[in-house]
Amino acid sequence: MPLRRWLNEATPLPGAPRARALTVDADAWREAARAVAAAGGRSITLWAAGGGRTLRAAFATGPGVLVLSLPLAAGAETYPGIEDLFPCANRLQRAVADLSGPRSTDTDTRPWLRHAAWPADYHPLVAQGGPAAADGTAVEVYPFVRVEGEGVHEIPVGPVHAGVIEPGHFRFSVVGEKILRLEERLGYAHKGIERRFQSMALLDGHRLAARVSGDSAVAYSWAYCQALEGMAGTEVPPRAVWLRALGLELERMANHLGDLGALGNDAGFAFGLAQFSRLKEQLLRATEHALGQRYLFDFVVPGGVGVDPAPEALRALGACAEDIQREVVRLREIYDEHAGVRDRFNGAGTVLPELAARLGLTGLAGRASGQAFDLRCDLPCEPYTELRPRMVVRGEGDVAARVAVRFDEFVESCRLLGEILAHLPDGPVRVSVETPAEGAFGIGLVEGWRGPVFVALEAGAAGAIGRCHPHDPSWQNWPVLEHAAIGNIVPDFPLINKSFNLAYSGHDL
Amino acid sequence: MWKTLRQIQRIGIATEPPPSPDDALRVREELQAGIREVMGRALCIRHIDAGSCNGCELEIHALHNPIYNLEGLGIRFVASPRHADLLLVTGPVSAHMEVALRRVYDATPDPKLVVALGDCGCTGGVFGESYACRGRVSNIIPVDVAVPGCPPAPNSILTAILTAITASKRAP
Ligand code: SF4
Repeated sequence: MPLRRWLNEATPLPGAPRARALTVDADAWREAARAVAAAGGRSITLWAAGGGRTLRAAFATGPGVLVLSLPLAAGAETYPGIEDLFPCANRLQRAVADLSGPRSTDTDTRPWLRHAAWPADYHPLVAQGGPAAADGTAVEVYPFVRVEGEGVHEIPVGPVHAGVIEPGHFRFSVVGEKILRLEERLGYAHKGIERRFQSMALLDGHRLAARVSGDSAVAYSWAYCQALEGMAGTEVPPRAVWLRALGLELERMANHLGDLGALGNDAGFAFGLAQFSRLKEQLLRATEHALGQRYLFDFVVPGGVGVDPAPEALRALGACAEDIQREVVRLREIYDEHAGVRDRFNGAGTVLPELAARLGLTGLAGRASGQAFDLRCDLPCEPYTELRPRMVVRGEGDVAARVAVRFDEFVESCRLLGEILAHLPDGPVRVSVETPAEGAFGIGLVEGWRGPVFVALEAGAAGAIGRCHPHDPSWQNWPVLEHAAIGNIVPDFPLINKSFNLAYSGHDL
Repeated sequence: MWKTLRQIQRIGIATEPPPSPDDALRVREELQAGIREVMGRALCIRHIDAGSCNGCELEIHALHNPIYNLEGLGIRFVASPRHADLLLVTGPVSAHMEVALRRVYDATPDPKLVVALGDCGCTGGVFGESYACRGRVSNIIPVDVAVPGCPPAPNSILTAILTAITASKRAP
């Protein structure tokens, strides 16, 4: 059955634009997923709800978002895996087994988010209390895939890294300097976010959502509120909607500035770090002056935004962005003309479009590898329907392409910022939100700076959160980084890794 | 090359002069004096993310920009706990980082100064304590100074580092 038919059978889902939901049985689960894959759709995420007895999967397709629900039959402990159709499902399915219990029929049954801190038969999203014995000293023995051959040796790195970065473990198999294989072991930052949601009120969850991955606070809190407001039937005032977009673009600009500096530094050009980090500081200060916070952790709130900026501060913000843009254009010339930087950027960590499509590379990194997908253009919510952002796509798929996408997106975000400031509607910035009834279900989907940020929200009894599943695009992109590293030399890995700049916390939950 | 030099010349020194007697720079002057007294000429910091949301890391990075110019104050981030005078710990401690955090602490030579950063480091923050989360840093290792904020601003982080050094001076 073609995708169009599945979508026709599905019913509208509150929250994100053009979202539809469909309940299926085990056979239809795979058939529908196959139809999505055949139509060039992308997997967004996969999770378990309903006390671990209902599997859900979300897909982005041309006509809209499709959320499948598969209630497990009584006694059933497995469901059909979809790793062959969407490779990123591998880790998602293992995480479902760790946190909720049900296993997929796919063959990789290693734990993913669970290490040794709680026993395998304890499923935190289903269990009532805590695990019987919490062991603070247990160390996990994880079965890494071993590469055999003459002169092959392993380099284990992490979870504590040499720089100021999040925790994670990388296992390199190398010959000399050359990387034959990279295997990631993540989950170190797992702090029980999904379970924590279940102890919070629906009208309070945006605070935790903003802290799933701090560098994407606006994207997550907006996605959360989009789901909640859809469920509650809230009309968010236009001024608030436009201010949310302002916050989202500021978040994109700040992160891109930070990365562009760090990438120059990793290529041995400390000048770049000094220049870009100075510009980022300027932007953060102007953001704080206008919106009250350097990082917008508590800006997007249910029903609108938390502050109504003064016109003078917005003017200053606009002027600051224009200044910074002029500097960025100058610095881009310097990066482009610097032989040493070019040499390190070009051809490093290449993911060609064909591989990117097969593995589901998404967001910024995807667009650097020919994956022309940006929610702001493909499934826009307000005000992007009016702003009409220009999508930035490159085909080379190397570090240089990921740098170029950042440069171009920065300039485009400056343009959007100017548009937003010029056309910001008047009126209130917040309305009250009714508490959705128990059982209500909605999703939020927002293009964060790294890629699509997704939140699924289900209402529990008496205004509590029944289930909340946040999803970071890093889930899609971490496995692709393993491919990007192959054939490169170990000393180039920090640069390649930085060019993806994936989230640990957002992934580990 | 010419453009690079011109840019450096055009921007000049971005490090800020003191805006007022009790603001950012006063912190720095005290800090420098404190470091000189206790550490000789330089303070080496090892950062450990024990499970943060990565927001606190963003503000630690900001300390390296030319405006705060941390290295100009003689403070350096080092790659190994064995080289560190002070541990800067972010996040609530996730259960999966508990062992690593203890090991880093054990590997750090005396005096082991510890600064716990952010609401999470102080109290566990929004994440609290659970099957996967041990909450505040002091639940796992001794902490000298805890600085609130979500995330704390760069100047608050500097203040915290200073306070840690001062506290250690009082110790026998
Ligand atoms: S204190 Fe705030 S910014 Fe820092 S790790 Fe915790 S939630 Fe993130």
